[in-house]
Amino acid sequence: MSDARFRYLLRLADTSLVLGQRLGEWVGHAPALEEDLGLANLSLDLIGQARLLLTYAGELEGKGRDEDQLAFLRDGTDFYNLTLAEQPNGDFAHTIVRQLLLDAWQLELYEELQHSSDERLAAIASKALKETRYHFRYSAGWVVRLGDGTAESKTRVQAALDELWRFTGELFTPDEVDAAMVAQKVAPDLATLKPRWQGRIEEVLREATLERPTDTAYPWHGKRGRHTEHLGYLLAEMQFLQRAYPGAQW
Amino acid sequence: MSAKRQAHEPWLEAAAAERTVWRVLESVLDPEIPVLSVIDLGIVRHVRISDSGAIEVGVSPTYSGCPATEVIRHSIVHALRDAGFDDARAVDVLSPPWTSDWITPEGREKLRRFGIAPPATAVSSPRHLFGQPRVACPRCGSEQAERVSEFGSTPCKAHYQCRSCAEPFDYFKCI
Repeated sequence: MSDARFRYLLRLADTSLVLGQRLGEWVGHAPALEEDLGLANLSLDLIGQARLLLTYAGELEGKGRDEDQLAFLRDGTDFYNLTLAEQPNGDFAHTIVRQLLLDAWQLELYEELQHSSDERLAAIASKALKETRYHFRYSAGWVVRLGDGTAESKTRVQAALDELWRFTGELFTPDEVDAAMVAQKVAPDLATLKPRWQGRIEEVLREATLERPTDTAYPWHGKRGRHTEHLGYLLAEMQFLQRAYPGAQW
Repeated sequence: MSAKRQAHEPWLEAAAAERTVWRVLESVLDPEIPVLSVIDLGIVRHVRISDSGAIEVGVSPTYSGCPATEVIRHSIVHALRDAGFDDARAVDVLSPPWTSDWITPEGREKLRRFGIAPPATAVSSPRHLFGQPRVACPRCGSEQAERVSEFGSTPCKAHYQCRSCAEPFDYFKCI
């Protein structure tokens, strides 16, 4: 039972951690100083949320692993983030579309997790929810500006949406871990989140004058530890220091 | 000394110690906004003193990833040690989550004098959060200020510019 909860916490934590790491790659490279700061701020919030979740997961596991060991010493197959989170930054449009899809997902999820029977998770979610509202406002604002912008920006943001949409099926496809969490009233039923998420996304896309891509059957299993080739490169960079100099501190 | 008085003494001592702890906390400053104490910020949630005299201070982070949180916890423990409380620790309190509404009136005034526009109040509802707050320039008081960026130099601040006096300034965000 607690094994399922450990796994569930890692899914939430890893999605935030991997997405936060991706956003951090923009630091010093964003199209404008304001966006550099914006993306770095989102990254910081996400990594902060991941730290709270990983610390809790480590305590629940009871094998003495702390947040750092879980973040820096697990291999890719032991990461359970959503596949969408690990997708490369691409251009700014790709980054912002990936962000919108995941912000809207976290918004609906944290809204429910605030009422989780797991008090510690509920506390983390109620904190994260406030931050996620800012994230969603940022990513939704940019999708509208780019979609309803120039011909070039519209083409790019539509292309990003078309390319990344296929990863969204995984967000709402439950497995035995999700089922166990629903049974314990730890987490909401993913099926109830889907229409709300879709409504939120469709509202943004309408305002952005973008086309909603069609759903595809979902073959992605990041949350089960099976990843696209991109995660390994991300972890190689993120984990390098602790792998090369175990236990290093500064 | 009467027996009755003696029986009260440990309690009185603890109460006096607690008052001292709160006074010490007033001197612990936010490293990012060094005019605000942890009391001004409204992040101290409780002070507990055990029978053995161990002090526990409950502190809420402003943002999950705010790097100042750890510095603040260390500063609290050091300040209490300097005041003679050797057995002191600071613990995280996440729930209910901190809101910028908890910044004290003194804290808001200190922010303004420091050149940071204080947050709009009563923000606990998301509806308020999503509307554009009215932000007054901390230099000239004009409300003709425009948001340059939702995100600023620290997680808790947004970047604004005053259209009346042209001063760029930080705005402490509602959360």
